[in-house]
Amino acid sequence: MRLHSVRVRARVLPPGPLARRQPSGLRRLRGWLGSLALALACSNPSAALAASGEEDAIAALRRDVAAMRADYEARIAQLEARLATAESALQTAAAGPASAAPEPMPTAAPAAASSASAFNPAISAILQGRAAAIGGPDGSRDIPGFLLGGEAGVGPEGLSLGETELALSANADDKFFGLVTVSLAADDGETEVELEEAYLQTLALPAGFTLRAGQFFSGIGYQNGKHSHAWDFVDQPLAYEALLGGQLRDAGAQLSWVAPTDTYLQLGAELLRGESFPAGGAAHDGLGAWSLFGRVSGELGASNTWQAGVSYLSANPRGRASEDRSGRVFDFSGDSDVWIAAFVWKWAPQGNFRERNLVFQTELLHRHERGALDVSGLFGTYQGDQDGVYVQAAYQFVPRWRVGLRYDRLWSDDTLTGIPASWLPDDEEPSRVSAMLDFSNSEFSRLRLQWNHQWGGLDGDDAIFLQYILSVGSHGAHEF
Amino acid sequence: MRASILRGAGALLACLASAVGARAELRVLTCEPVWAAVVQEIGGERVRVDSATTPQQDPHYIQAKPSLIARVRQADLLVCSGADLEVGWLPVLLRQGANARLAAGQPGNLDVSKIVPMLDVPTSLDRAQGDIHPYGNPHVETDPHNIARVADELAKRLGALDPSGAASYRARRDDFAARWTAAIARWEQRAAPLRGMEIVTHHVAWAYLVHWLGLVDIAQLEPKPGIPPSASSLAQLLGRLASRHPRAVVRLAYEPERPSAWLSERLSVPALALPHAPGATPAAKDLFGVFDDVIDQLLRARSAR
Repeated sequence: MRLHSVRVRARVLPPGPLARRQPSGLRRLRGWLGSLALALACSNPSAALAASGEEDAIAALRRDVAAMRADYEARIAQLEARLATAESALQTAAAGPASAAPEPMPTAAPAAASSASAFNPAISAILQGRAAAIGGPDGSRDIPGFLLGGEAGVGPEGLSLGETELALSANADDKFFGLVTVSLAADDGETEVELEEAYLQTLALPAGFTLRAGQFFSGIGYQNGKHSHAWDFVDQPLAYEALLGGQLRDAGAQLSWVAPTDTYLQLGAELLRGESFPAGGAAHDGLGAWSLFGRVSGELGASNTWQAGVSYLSANPRGRASEDRSGRVFDFSGDSDVWIAAFVWKWAPQGNFRERNLVFQTELLHRHERGALDVSGLFGTYQGDQDGVYVQAAYQFVPRWRVGLRYDRLWSDDTLTGIPASWLPDDEEPSRVSAMLDFSNSEFSRLRLQWNHQWGGLDGDDAIFLQYILSVGSHGAHEF
Repeated sequence: MRASILRGAGALLACLASAVGARAELRVLTCEPVWAAVVQEIGGERVRVDSATTPQQDPHYIQAKPSLIARVRQADLLVCSGADLEVGWLPVLLRQGANARLAAGQPGNLDVSKIVPMLDVPTSLDRAQGDIHPYGNPHVETDPHNIARVADELAKRLGALDPSGAASYRARRDDFAARWTAAIARWEQRAAPLRGMEIVTHHVAWAYLVHWLGLVDIAQLEPKPGIPPSASSLAQLLGRLASRHPRAVVRLAYEPERPSAWLSERLSVPALALPHAPGATPAAKDLFGVFDDVIDQLLRARSAR
């Protein structure tokens, strides 16, 4: 449960309330006495020892100077620092016990880059590509019982380029951090540019508060905040695809707070424009959705870390369009509420993720929608209760190699009036099993093979993917 | 009755004062366990120190665990090796921990790579060379002179953050420096026969030790820094070492044993797991034990055969 922790207790005075109230004069006296004792203990003999040792060291360093090639400057700096230390030690010894506590020498700072490019933001590019064999129609798809939106779909068959992500980030000043992620995707011979994220985040709000404003992945759920290159499988869990249109990402503002406790507790709230599925149409003059989320995390020994969270999203779609493959367009206006419970458990022997690790993650999503439907001029009402769950585990059994298994399942209970119920059939339970194997040559490259098997009204039975993910540029640190 | 009420009130006040005192205790978070040990030496009972990593963890590859965000949130001082060693997780912790006191450049952020002379600063940067560090080799703690530099800087930083304890920090630093200087002289004397000794290392983690003691690091088990050795890369390495005579295969305590064991068997030299922090090996019980154990193990390897 505890971190590697060192807690030092009072040694000199008996422990108790008064120990801390020791007058500062007494403490200073103790300090002086300590210095004096020290000075007496280490005046001449050790200085002589140091001086002879330093002569050897200086001779050795001179030999090293001859051998230096590439790193002249750093090593010369070190030489100077050592000489200075030796000199100051000698001076100290000469000056006698009274000044035996020399101030530390200013050490030579490594040469700093001074060109204008030193202020460039961190730049990285994520390259992704894949080969897919999909048994059944590719591209967009129907999931029986669900009105879909956002980026739901299985992607293209055959060879294709995935999302190429370009990210720039830097501290703007001492108060703000900024990040831009642009995604480029090939679409029917054209390049589609999409602004994934563009936000500022405060760095210096008091009391553990952080404000984020701009466009960002919502803080709800666990998987929602992960960029596609950080997923453990090629595709999103079905629950995210069906209920959140892939991932919830919208313009807005997020306020979060980290509690001042040893156990991690984060609470957050978001006000969103309401443009992204399951919202849509930016109701209430562009204040069409809001969310609340909280998560706690702890550890069991050095090897286990867990995190649990709950989230709630309230959205007011206005004319949210969902098109099924027969060409019918369902325009929905009403309320959409989503609850998410997430649990993640990570295990690595002694916390050493590089050698072996296991990441277990599961989320339960529930969505309740009620409102009016307009299906190409046919009006009706709609009420839906839908659930999605996924359970997945990825196990790195030797360095660089991982295997993963995932199970997905959806349920829907839809009530339609004025519109044929067969247009939104809710008697199926779409399900999927996925298995993957991936290899990471370094933390910057990954090759993945994945097999999906699905049933319960989903088109096609099996799909096989081969995917590469390459990270070029600055190291992006990943969140838990 | 009145007296007992007064006594009770007095006890309550003392209790409150102690609670306030306890809250005044400085909280220090270090990225690596070795710095926690140095903070403990200098800070004594006035600080509470936690290390984000244990000696059994590779500080380059841990996860940005939420519990660490909670630590960052509450810390007054952060001490890290820097030079991008923690780049995979520390930036996330700092952003999510929302603690402006620890921002780079603040007194509460002690970046060790900024106060010690760095070795292995690359002249060209290309990840085809492996996971190289643009600011130099970050494993600075294997040279005890660097530990002394950090102790000096810590006395200053702790004193600036907690002025009422400045004298105590200085006194503890002086006490530590005296013991440390004597220990360095002892280590350098004992290690004199190690000068020129050739070793093979798992990762380029020993540049500062090699530089300090005059060892010669002739090859790494990793084909490139950060790329784990494979069966074929090890076989190639064995071929390249045919004409050399390394005396030991050296790894950090958290690095896997198998590659060094494989090579040491074929070279008939000992495989050593050397400590880089207290607790990394059973013999390295404190900072002094770390270097005692390093030198003991190297001397034993040198006289083996």
